Amino acid sequence: MTITLRLAFLLVLVAGISLLIGDGFVGPANALIVTQIRLPRTLLAVLIGGSLGLAGAVLQGALRNPLADPGLLGITPAASLGAMIAFYWGLASRFAPALPLGGLVGAGIGLSCLLGIGGRQLSGPSLILAGVALSALSGALMALGLTLAPNPFALAEITFWLLGGLEDRALSHVALAAPPILLGVALLLRLGPGLDALTLGEDTAASLGQPPARTLRRAAIGCALAAGASAAVAGGIGFVGLVVPHLLRPWLGQRPSALLLPSLLTGAILLTAADMLVRVAPLVLPVSAAPPLGVLTALLGAPFLVRIARRMTA
Amino acid sequence: MTALDRFSLRLGGRPVLHEVSLRPEPGAMLALCGPNGAGKTSILRALAGLVPGAQVPEPRRVAYLAQNAQANWALTVEQIVTLGRIPHGDTASGPIDNALVRCGIEALRNARIDRISGGEARRAMLARVFATEPEMFLLDEPTADLDPAASHAILRLLRATAEAGAAVVVVLHAIELAAEYAHRVVLVDQGRIVADRSASGVLEEAAALFGMRAGSGPRLLPLP
Repeated sequence: MTITLRLAFLLVLVAGISLLIGDGFVGPANALIVTQIRLPRTLLAVLIGGSLGLAGAVLQGALRNPLADPGLLGITPAASLGAMIAFYWGLASRFAPALPLGGLVGAGIGLSCLLGIGGRQLSGPSLILAGVALSALSGALMALGLTLAPNPFALAEITFWLLGGLEDRALSHVALAAPPILLGVALLLRLGPGLDALTLGEDTAASLGQPPARTLRRAAIGCALAAGASAAVAGGIGFVGLVVPHLLRPWLGQRPSALLLPSLLTGAILLTAADMLVRVAPLVLPVSAAPPLGVLTALLGAPFLVRIARRMTA
Repeated sequence: MTALDRFSLRLGGRPVLHEVSLRPEPGAMLALCGPNGAGKTSILRALAGLVPGAQVPEPRRVAYLAQNAQANWALTVEQIVTLGRIPHGDTASGPIDNALVRCGIEALRNARIDRISGGEARRAMLARVFATEPEMFLLDEPTADLDPAASHAILRLLRATAEAGAAVVVVLHAIELAAEYAHRVVLVDQGRIVADRSASGVLEEAAALFGMRAGSGPRLLPLP
């Protein structure tokens, strides 16, 4: 509990600092700038980072695979595809929330496909295979969409959106993303006993009164809500879900239920901090524009993965 | 209490169990013996409600130990044993401590499961079943990975548990251990129960089933 409390304290601290940092400008600002620009950005970083961290911890536990993360289920590409379709139909230019709404619809369709392909007796391998199939299908359709882009500006804009980021998001984005994210988070946080029981295999989990198909289905639904809504407003932000549980295991041990709340808090801290880096990057680095957040998390996440891999083989 | 009544099972089109009836009684230790592929594990899984068509028992009353049960994450021994409390929704220390002591692994409480021997890990898995405090124990090869002394200790413990009022069902390969410790031995062959009797006198019958004569060790060929 002390680690959880410390992480919560750190999150409050980081979120507070985030309100003091603007695009290429550090310090307190006009109240309007804080509430309309910095606040939505900080809230989204906390919500999205938290949901990705938690979704990663749940999926690694549910699939009993240290390489699992929300991207594995194919929900993120499905949400991106939905957003892209909304963008291409010109809906996004006439009605701003159409882009994230398209993402939410895409994530919802992706989830139904996932559960449909996985079947009634959902097992770990069947869920992974369904996720890979969904990823491949969404990826192919997205590539097709990119080649059919109506004009170069649309291509540039959608590509930039796919890289993932939190700039220029408004409180309306928070209002759109928060309900599904919070619902998904509530569902995922209750999976502790089911995930712990799965530690000893699917038969033992069933004999402990935690049917594996039920745990997997709830994990998939919760991750689709949390990670799908995240992708719908922020595009593809990778590596947070994969890396966060690995960061925590040396301190907290490997029991899946013990990692849930700390992974949520750590994901929120990391993404908020990464988004602050994005904003100050033009001040300290010789770059003309801020790097996309999704690019930064991948750049920072990859070396962590290498370290984890080396520790595993040692 | 869970029981099988003329239960048949086909898996992937292949008949696995054929009209098996089995009612484990409280206060008795029942051993399921038979050659490889006879259907012993399938009978145990049917009792545990883990095969299609089987009745699912109340998890607080019936605990199941799978063959080759392994932990996917490196939990500590105490965390493994605590998993046995999931059906009760608590982490009561009384049953957990008791299970650790009875299985002789209280000294390993904080050791990681991937850093102890196979036999110690097996005892941790067994302690998880004890922590549930069930009325029926369904154990698939609980003495696999154990040295002879530890095997005898565990089987003595299981017999004592049965005599204290629980129903204990074990799948055992070692027929002589079954004859020594079980109150009742059920011989299984080709998906059928071929014999079901008290342990005394079952040895010859079992030996015939395994294709050997009781008391005859492997004959040594004379060296040239």
